[in-house]
Amino acid sequence: MKILIGLEIHVQLTALASKLFCSTDSSYRERNPNICVCPVCLGLPGSLPVVNRKAIEYAIAVAKALNCEINDKVIFVRKHYFYPDLPKNYQISQYDGPGFTPIARNGYIKIFIDGKSKNIRIRRINVEEDPGKIYYIGGIEETPYSLIDYNRSGIALLEIVTEPDMGSPKEARIFLDKLIAILEYLGVVDTNLEGSFRVDANISIEGYGRVEVKNIGSIKDVEKALTYEIIRQKRIVEQGGVISRETRHWDERKGVTVPLRAKEFEEDYRYFPDPDLPPIKISSDMINKVISALPELPDQRIERIIKQYNLDEYRATILVLNKWLADFFEEGAKIYSNYKKLADILITDFLRWVKEFSIDPKRLSIKPHTIVKLLELLDKGVLSIKMVKELMPRIIKGDVDIDEYIKLKGYTKIDDETYIENIVLEVFKENPKAVEDALKDPKAINFLIGAVMKKTEGRADPKKTKDIIANMLRNIKDSNR
Amino acid sequence: MSYRYISMPVYRLIEEFSSDVNKIFEYIDAIYDRIERVENKIKAFITIIPREYMYNNVEALLKKIKSSGSAIPKLFGVMIGVKDNITTMGIRTTCGSKILENYIPPYDATVIVKLKNVGVFIHGKTNMDEFAMGSTTETSAFYPTRNPWDLNRSPGGSSGGSGAALAAGEASIALGSDTGGSIRNPAAYTMVYGLKPTYGLVSRFGLIAYASSMDQIGPMARNTTDLALLLSVISGNDPKDSTSLPIESIDYVKALDDYMYKEPRLRIGIFKELFEGSDDCVKKTVYNSVDKLCSYHDCIEISMPYTKEAVAAYYIIAMAEASSNLARFDGIRYGLKTHIDGRNWVDVYTEVRTKGFGYEVKKRIALGAYVLSMGYRDMYYIRALRFRRMLREKLGDVFNNVDAVASPTMPIPPPRLGEFFEDPLKIYLADISTVIANLSGYPAISIPAGFCNNLPVGLQLMSKPLSESILLYLSAQLEDRTKLRDIIAEV
Repeated sequence: MKILIGLEIHVQLTALASKLFCSTDSSYRERNPNICVCPVCLGLPGSLPVVNRKAIEYAIAVAKALNCEINDKVIFVRKHYFYPDLPKNYQISQYDGPGFTPIARNGYIKIFIDGKSKNIRIRRINVEEDPGKIYYIGGIEETPYSLIDYNRSGIALLEIVTEPDMGSPKEARIFLDKLIAILEYLGVVDTNLEGSFRVDANISIEGYGRVEVKNIGSIKDVEKALTYEIIRQKRIVEQGGVISRETRHWDERKGVTVPLRAKEFEEDYRYFPDPDLPPIKISSDMINKVISALPELPDQRIERIIKQYNLDEYRATILVLNKWLADFFEEGAKIYSNYKKLADILITDFLRWVKEFSIDPKRLSIKPHTIVKLLELLDKGVLSIKMVKELMPRIIKGDVDIDEYIKLKGYTKIDDETYIENIVLEVFKENPKAVEDALKDPKAINFLIGAVMKKTEGRADPKKTKDIIANMLRNIKDSNR
Repeated sequence: MSYRYISMPVYRLIEEFSSDVNKIFEYIDAIYDRIERVENKIKAFITIIPREYMYNNVEALLKKIKSSGSAIPKLFGVMIGVKDNITTMGIRTTCGSKILENYIPPYDATVIVKLKNVGVFIHGKTNMDEFAMGSTTETSAFYPTRNPWDLNRSPGGSSGGSGAALAAGEASIALGSDTGGSIRNPAAYTMVYGLKPTYGLVSRFGLIAYASSMDQIGPMARNTTDLALLLSVISGNDPKDSTSLPIESIDYVKALDDYMYKEPRLRIGIFKELFEGSDDCVKKTVYNSVDKLCSYHDCIEISMPYTKEAVAAYYIIAMAEASSNLARFDGIRYGLKTHIDGRNWVDVYTEVRTKGFGYEVKKRIALGAYVLSMGYRDMYYIRALRFRRMLREKLGDVFNNVDAVASPTMPIPPPRLGEFFEDPLKIYLADISTVIANLSGYPAISIPAGFCNNLPVGLQLMSKPLSESILLYLSAQLEDRTKLRDIIAEV
């Protein structure tokens, strides 16, 4: 059964200082409710919207980064529906239909999955205003009353809609990671801010009805919600049932999707061009200006990193999708030339622990030279790889001085041959069977090496250990002859 | 005797005040005395600022100006009546509707800021058709306004309160708004001058929207110079209104003086269809005043087909936009409230809108939603837009040959009170001359033409975009010949 997943993503342009249609402060988070408001974003009678030009520039930048065709005009429409979080009871948005057009269309994002590249198509990008926010006491069903905060009302949003090009929840997650990286490189949104990046998903099994899942709170949950929904749909199909076209709600706590009231008819939003906002012409000058100010984007950086450091696409992609990690890598690469080794340690242990400790990369105290030092000690044979792995979480947490740390904890590699010989003899005594095996099959030597390592807590020099064991085995063979 | 202040032109008032500031208080008294005498018969206002309040305001501001040593603003002390759909900070702004009966705006419309900057005081908010939907001031949720020339008749609308206040001597100048004729219609019916500026010349910021693509605030006055004076104050680009034209305000009084000095001969088109459809007496009166212009200028007859369709297109577009603009009135953030305990928002909205809107408003919201809905929008809304584009082109052709186009402002005399409710279609169709200017965005003026059976009749002149000076020039010329200036009706 072929799975088709399309996503609809709402991105707040959090880099803007003011809202989309008024000069009200856009940093509404952690403020008292209904403080960041003015007659315009409250929809007071007589107020009029004026487009924030910077928002249009940002939208063009995003459109360009997503390889979209940019329209020559920005046309705003009114989308009508009554809801208490919508102060005008219409949303100023854009629409793709006869007479109207979104700011951008027909783009794509390249993702890297299972060793291959794939394009996920972008259908369109809309510029629109965010509604206010409703707070319930408990759940929506049991709340005795609702509270409305209009601080968010009028915040600039981009609605990015993909084609149903993703075939699995994993692919959707990889797509979102890439999209977030692109937006982060552009610097238009801080996706760490609550509610700044919101995802709705359309999921269907090819040939069956399409289900929309709304209210997916976090990117982590996208994969979960999609997985749940696919299993649910597959079960219905297997039982010969019908998947009805509906909108479902992701219940984060229970980890399930639940049906919203099924719509009996397509909602009529009565779109029409907003007469308060004449179309804004997008000149090629304006586009060129935006393009010339574009920073290096993930795909370009991946390509450059592959070339400049002779890395493969897999490693480069992981680095680049975590912008801070790529920055960290390039900083380290200035003083350490085994790029592959540096990349490997960063995308494995280093990244793992940073994520494990949920450290905000911006507040990371460890510096690239520390990791480089670690690698150099490894190269010199002062530290074993096992030691490095053990040290990693500790230095990420504390950024301690490695030299002192090594001295303090006795973390030095054992390369005293006599010492190693004694350990080897001990091991031989304890494992006569293994010694016999090793005499017959040279491959079985690894067991003995492992035993030595265990006894020395990994501190014995692996190369010397191996040589010593091989020598001793040869001696035994000779004496047996 | 301060009575003379009641009919005194604004340009004279400011001369008086500049010679003696204290005359402002005599003037205030004269206006308030007049209001006390006639207002209960006319009902031109929804809200009147108390006299003492006005005294205190003027005194306080005078003190402030004196202590700061700055110059007294040009129009200091002049009192204006402002249509109640223009937002005034701290003064309730009802839009003639129950739904906003107790709404006090926290901000001033741009035109109000501009008026305050030159020292003009708002002494009252004038009555109007609810949300400007109507042309008789009878759909006001509070009471109809009566025509000072005949108390059994409507003063027209929707800016009927502003027109009546001027005709009755209750204000020296007034602001109206014009979406399909709402300034020119009451101007014609109350014997005053009213101008609908080029779309975008005057900021709409703070004008409670009816049909955003056609709404314009405009001046109303008892003579052309005052009209020019007021237009100079309120016009000019406003960054808060995206539909505002990127041009600075000009001194229309000076522009008018220049024209009057040079007196260029212009070409005036006589709009055939609009005369043909008019009431005989109206036709005769308007022809009379047109003759006065044509004795100096070159006049030619012009014809434009599809004039009748213009009314249909106008109503479709206006209602469509109105259904959207009026969606925000739901009783949640401001306006009419109802109890909310234990009720869901759909019930609350429904009750507020059912109780808060009058019949005419509900009708237009329903029709507007209908013409925008799927399956019907192509048949109505899209077609109306297409017609509007075509009309603009045709009008462009017409104005290649003429500088102005003349017609009766209204094809019928002021309707009797109640007539609108008996035959609304007849009253809708009477908008035939005025809606063309709104559909096209062109400027148009209504000039007193004379009386017909003792009822006021207006001449409408329309001109090319941003040709307000031409309209003012022709108006002043006609005013000189008719002497229909600074007239107050006996009430």
